[in-house]
Amino acid sequence: MRQIYLDNSATTPVRPEAADAMREVLLSDYGNPSSFHSLGIKAERIIKEARRQLAAACGVNEAEVIFTSGGTEANNLAVKGVARRHRKRGKHLITTRVEHPSVLNAFRALETEGFEVDYLPVDREGLVSPAEVIAALREDTLLVSVMHINNEVGSVMPVAEIGRLLKEKNPQTVFHVDAVQSFGKLPVDPRKWQADLVSISAHKIHGPKGSGALLCREGLLLEPLFHGGDQEQGIRPGTENTAGIAGFAVACRLALRDREENYRKMTGLKKYLAAEIKRQIKDTSVNGPEEGAAHILNVTFAGIKGELLVRFLAEEGIYVSTGSACHSRRPEPSHVLLAMGLSAEEVGASVRFSFSALTGREDIEYTLEKLEPAVAALRRMTGRKK
Amino acid sequence: MERIYLDHAATTPVDPRVVEAMLPYFTANFGNPSSIYQEGRAAKKAIEESREKVAEILGAADTREIIFTGSGSEADNLAITGVAWAYRKKGNHIITSAIEHPAVLETCKELEKHGFAVTYLPVDEYGLVAPEAVRDAITDRTILVSLMHANNEVGTIQPIAEISKIVRAKGVLLHTDAVQTAGSIPLQADELGVDLLSLSAHKFYGPKGVGVLYAKKGTRLHRLIHGGAQEGRLRAGTENVAGIVGLAKALELAAAGLEETVPRLAELRDYFINKIFSRIDHVKLNGHPTRRLPGNINVSFEFVEGESILLNLDLEGIAASSGSACTSGALEPSHVLLAMGLPHETAHGSVRFTIGKDNTKEQLDYVLGVLEETIARLRAISPLYREQRGRKEK
Repeated sequence: MRQIYLDNSATTPVRPEAADAMREVLLSDYGNPSSFHSLGIKAERIIKEARRQLAAACGVNEAEVIFTSGGTEANNLAVKGVARRHRKRGKHLITTRVEHPSVLNAFRALETEGFEVDYLPVDREGLVSPAEVIAALREDTLLVSVMHINNEVGSVMPVAEIGRLLKEKNPQTVFHVDAVQSFGKLPVDPRKWQADLVSISAHKIHGPKGSGALLCREGLLLEPLFHGGDQEQGIRPGTENTAGIAGFAVACRLALRDREENYRKMTGLKKYLAAEIKRQIKDTSVNGPEEGAAHILNVTFAGIKGELLVRFLAEEGIYVSTGSACHSRRPEPSHVLLAMGLSAEEVGASVRFSFSALTGREDIEYTLEKLEPAVAALRRMTGRKK
Repeated sequence: MERIYLDHAATTPVDPRVVEAMLPYFTANFGNPSSIYQEGRAAKKAIEESREKVAEILGAADTREIIFTGSGSEADNLAITGVAWAYRKKGNHIITSAIEHPAVLETCKELEKHGFAVTYLPVDEYGLVAPEAVRDAITDRTILVSLMHANNEVGTIQPIAEISKIVRAKGVLLHTDAVQTAGSIPLQADELGVDLLSLSAHKFYGPKGVGVLYAKKGTRLHRLIHGGAQEGRLRAGTENVAGIVGLAKALELAAAGLEETVPRLAELRDYFINKIFSRIDHVKLNGHPTRRLPGNINVSFEFVEGESILLNLDLEGIAASSGSACTSGALEPSHVLLAMGLPHETAHGSVRFTIGKDNTKEQLDYVLGVLEETIARLRAISPLYREQRGRKEK
């Protein structure tokens, strides 16, 4: 059966080039990067080169790249690391209601440690207003954390504007951007955004799972999540995942090489899929802004259960999801769609299609072919007329 | 030039069979384990099968006792910090030893800043913690004892099972950092009588970037990383599927090979130690003569710097170490050797050779030749050594 993978926001297949690089490191360059001997030095060089590539890709210095076990750890390190390290300066933190669970739950954990958190609302399109961020600022605001691209609906947050206004009003407040969904798709530019911290992840850009990074402005002190050796300047101890880091660097290089072309291609696919869904299937609505991220399309199919549609399509070899994979095993409705003002029923009827550079027009055609009958069948099941 | 790797305590080469097991999870079975459809289910299944394998090998009663982490360091941190905060109401006292890995020691030091009291038990000249010292240190405020199963630098194996009886009788939790023993000697959490046990894949021919914390059912833990509901909600983040599969495969291979490797490595180790002693003078073996990891040789060569020896060995294609890799960048003497009572100068002259499953007797003979020559050359230019010989001649 034909397999069409349209859940690239959850994870992506590793590119053969990245897998080959990892295989080579696993088999040959196994030294401990902290070791004194040649094998150790070789491993250290691989990490140094990967660090150089990622730093160049994001326009930061090499010393500003901290490798982690993934985007979730990077987000935790950023949010908790700032709050705990600088708690003497204040206890107020700001984020939005539509962040990834790794950000939201890190903030909730901080609330139990005595921090006060403002979870800002978003509009119908999933966007936070820069003016509201600024209005929420207090003298003791330690951190503002806003994602770049929302993983469920693809809204692109005005992070550059937020950064500019924030630093004008309150330069001491640290600005964190979760760029896990945007890295490799849109330019990730901490300097331009005036972001002090930016999280990125390898497995969303055809790199391996278990590998990510936090970009951390030089001079900004963070409390580590855990303690031990002096790897990653002591901010992130533990023997480095050399193969994972090497795979991340290769994936990064390839993602950026064809970034604009791929982005244009995905924009076309998204527009086509959205237009055809509207044309072919009644009572549907697209969630998130029209000008949202090119790789994410979230659609509500009135009268169906999104989870059932996901299963129906999977039977046909088409893989989509009801929202973020991190909580797609729980029946809880999407906090993102709820925050955007959708009713519980609408939230339950929503499905996310997400593309990658490897998605082709024919994949979309095939999906459309199967989608209409699937939705129709589900609507019949629930007694709703087409 | 043939390269001879004798630094298996720092890290091990990944077994090609492990790499083969991992590769499909990069490409064909790349799904996110949290996804509900087939692609995701295949990844989820691979993780759960790996968990079952690890649980069985470690003697866990329940697969939910196995938590995959991003490293051995993270597992140590999750055990200690996790227990400390979860049992804060019960008490604030933690007992550990002076010779633990930095992942344990630094975590304990950090907790001291947050109102916890930590006892760092001394060790004897062989690196052993006395079970009676553990008993004497326990108070009604003690919530956790954390002692490594075997030391990474000198290979001394602690009497964990014996200590467990004392600790458990007092109703205190016991964690053991088994990063050095997993895959090296038989390791069963139930037999050791521990509540928490950490290990790391890259020490037993698995990949870097993945570890395990075994946490006995009923042990409460505070999380280090919040987010999704992965790993029984104890460790958020999309699972490193390939790494987890690699870890389980490596542990399985190691466990299956133990019966053969343990005696063979011990024999090579003893051969190497005996040869060093017969060919080089002013040498001291660090660690316990018998309660010792099968692959570990830690020796001090008086009158020479360990770093100089290592540099010379490296030029001859031999990889060894002066202590734990995590501190080898710093030129401080090993905290382990100092805790065992070695003077600074002797600690500085120590070298660790750790033998692995692919090393041969021929390789060791070659290393012995290079070592003998290197030590003689370095001593010839050592004023201390000349002085010592001068004294002898008088």
